[in-house]
Amino acid sequence: MATAAASVRPPGRLRRAVASDHVAGWMFVLPSVLLIVLFGLIPVVWGFVLSLQKAGLISPSRPFTGLSNYQHIASDPLARTAAVNAAYYTFLFVPISIVLALFLAIALNQKIRLIRFYRLAVFIPVAVSTIATGIMFLWLFDKEFGLANFLFSKVGLGPFGYFDSPQGAMPALVVMTVWGWLGFDTIVYLAALQGVPAELIEAAAVDGAGRWSQFRNVVLPLLGPATLLLVVWSTISALQLFDEVYFVTHGGPLNRTFVPVFYIYRLAFTSSYGFSKAGYAAALAYVLFLVILALTLIQFWLGNRVVHYSS
Amino acid sequence: MSIAVTDRTAPGAVDTQTLPGETGMVERPRARWLPFSPWHLLLMPTAIVMLIPLVWMLATSLETIGQTRHFPPILWPGRFQWSNYTATLRAAPFARWFWNTTVVTTVVVLSNLLLCSLAAYAFARIRFLGKQVTYFLLLATLMVPLQVVLIPTFLIVKRMGLIDHLGALIVPNLANVFGVFMLTQFFRTLPIELEEAARIDGASRLKILFTIVLPLSLPALATLAVIQFLWTWNDFLWPLVTIINNTNAFTIQLGLQNFQGAHATDWNLLMAGNVMATLPMLILFLAAQRWFVRGIATQGLKG
Repeated sequence: MATAAASVRPPGRLRRAVASDHVAGWMFVLPSVLLIVLFGLIPVVWGFVLSLQKAGLISPSRPFTGLSNYQHIASDPLARTAAVNAAYYTFLFVPISIVLALFLAIALNQKIRLIRFYRLAVFIPVAVSTIATGIMFLWLFDKEFGLANFLFSKVGLGPFGYFDSPQGAMPALVVMTVWGWLGFDTIVYLAALQGVPAELIEAAAVDGAGRWSQFRNVVLPLLGPATLLLVVWSTISALQLFDEVYFVTHGGPLNRTFVPVFYIYRLAFTSSYGFSKAGYAAALAYVLFLVILALTLIQFWLGNRVVHYSS
Repeated sequence: MSIAVTDRTAPGAVDTQTLPGETGMVERPRARWLPFSPWHLLLMPTAIVMLIPLVWMLATSLETIGQTRHFPPILWPGRFQWSNYTATLRAAPFARWFWNTTVVTTVVVLSNLLLCSLAAYAFARIRFLGKQVTYFLLLATLMVPLQVVLIPTFLIVKRMGLIDHLGALIVPNLANVFGVFMLTQFFRTLPIELEEAARIDGASRLKILFTIVLPLSLPALATLAVIQFLWTWNDFLWPLVTIINNTNAFTIQLGLQNFQGAHATDWNLLMAGNVMATLPMLILFLAAQRWFVRGIATQGLKG
């Protein structure tokens, strides 16, 4: 990235030009860098310091307590509950949303009538906020007057309790969040599908490959990178589920939807624990971060052994 | 939180204005047993299922309270009760929340466009001391999830005296790493010859950025703008922890949440509020669909 302009200048002015480049460069990046350091980098370090302290958000003193916050996590039944629930949610959400998105992307890649309407219908929840989605699904899944129980009653099922039932709350959350995320995953797959070179498919067809074989042997391998991206991405966001739990289920019923970020929020920012557990919350946040980082690395490592990148 | 940034910019650009048949799929004879493509059998039910929550939200927002408390549910009200909307506006300061969100979102989007462009230009085109290290450090923060920085950032914002003010929502978001990264990648793909010619003619860096680079980068800027708009408009956790007691500084999402708490069973009013809160984003989505799609396809991002 050497400034090519500098190289065409007379040698005598070169030194000054390069020197002024340092100043100019920093002038350009300084506002962003300051902001990102203050609100991105410093908090990462401070968060770790907090995790070593007994600290509340409003407590004036924050004594260091070594690793005791981290040690406490191991014996905290609520942390365990949160971990189990996060794993359960992730195992449901990630495969369901990705498999559905793959089917939909293939369907939405066809040249048929109404295709713009179909795409719009699948994409549009991307623009709807988690709170608005929550209100809609609280209503759809209302025990007494909701549309879902009405439709189920038509086929002789139900009524179900959804967010109010210990067994149903998590699956209902999965349905709601899949609705919200499906458009996102589908767009990523659709982009990957449209990146498949037509010549490859034509070549396979010329070689006598049937439609299924074309898909299985040509298209599907080329979707590998997109799939890996979506698996990693969905896992990260699934483990950080918060808005829907906070707003729709409040972690209940019977803590069945009690997830890590919700616990962290309650520890640090609510009166539930007397505003005194910010240090412990920071430790939990760091552990979650490390878990996410480890899973991401494992997924990329595993994925790269399976996925083929085209040059 | 946005690590999954790929540089597959080329295949990433799904253009919803052109039909995908033109981009690769070999056309095949239609199945004989149906007068229409069998794909409709999958897509039509899917489209209906995806749209049901939105359509029922709209329908419920126009019902009387009696109609909402009816089983079987009334799928579409015979007479529209528009007064639900005025009643909702009277019951809660939606207009105020709407205004707050508009201010916050506008300032954040414009500031990101400006500051990220400046930084990205330097990272892409200027050689300066410490550039690589700085760029790497910025990128590293992309991998950190929000909850890790949530508490310290709150303490910083609190020390700045911004808690319960709109500033708490604006200041920490004035520039974000994702924007810097995305624009840097984009600027690097631009041909450098025009800029070199302008340099020889004595144009300043700033002038080159604003008269040559940015006009060539409108697609990238539009993409960044709509994605940033979406994030900011729909953000919930950060406003939740920083705007605590001051309902006058609520965003529309906080307001909706608050309104739901106060009117948990007034489904017609709740849905009227929900329609009003969601409509601006839906309109923007319809108007700028291809930028949304492009933003998501290239970066693989949502909040």
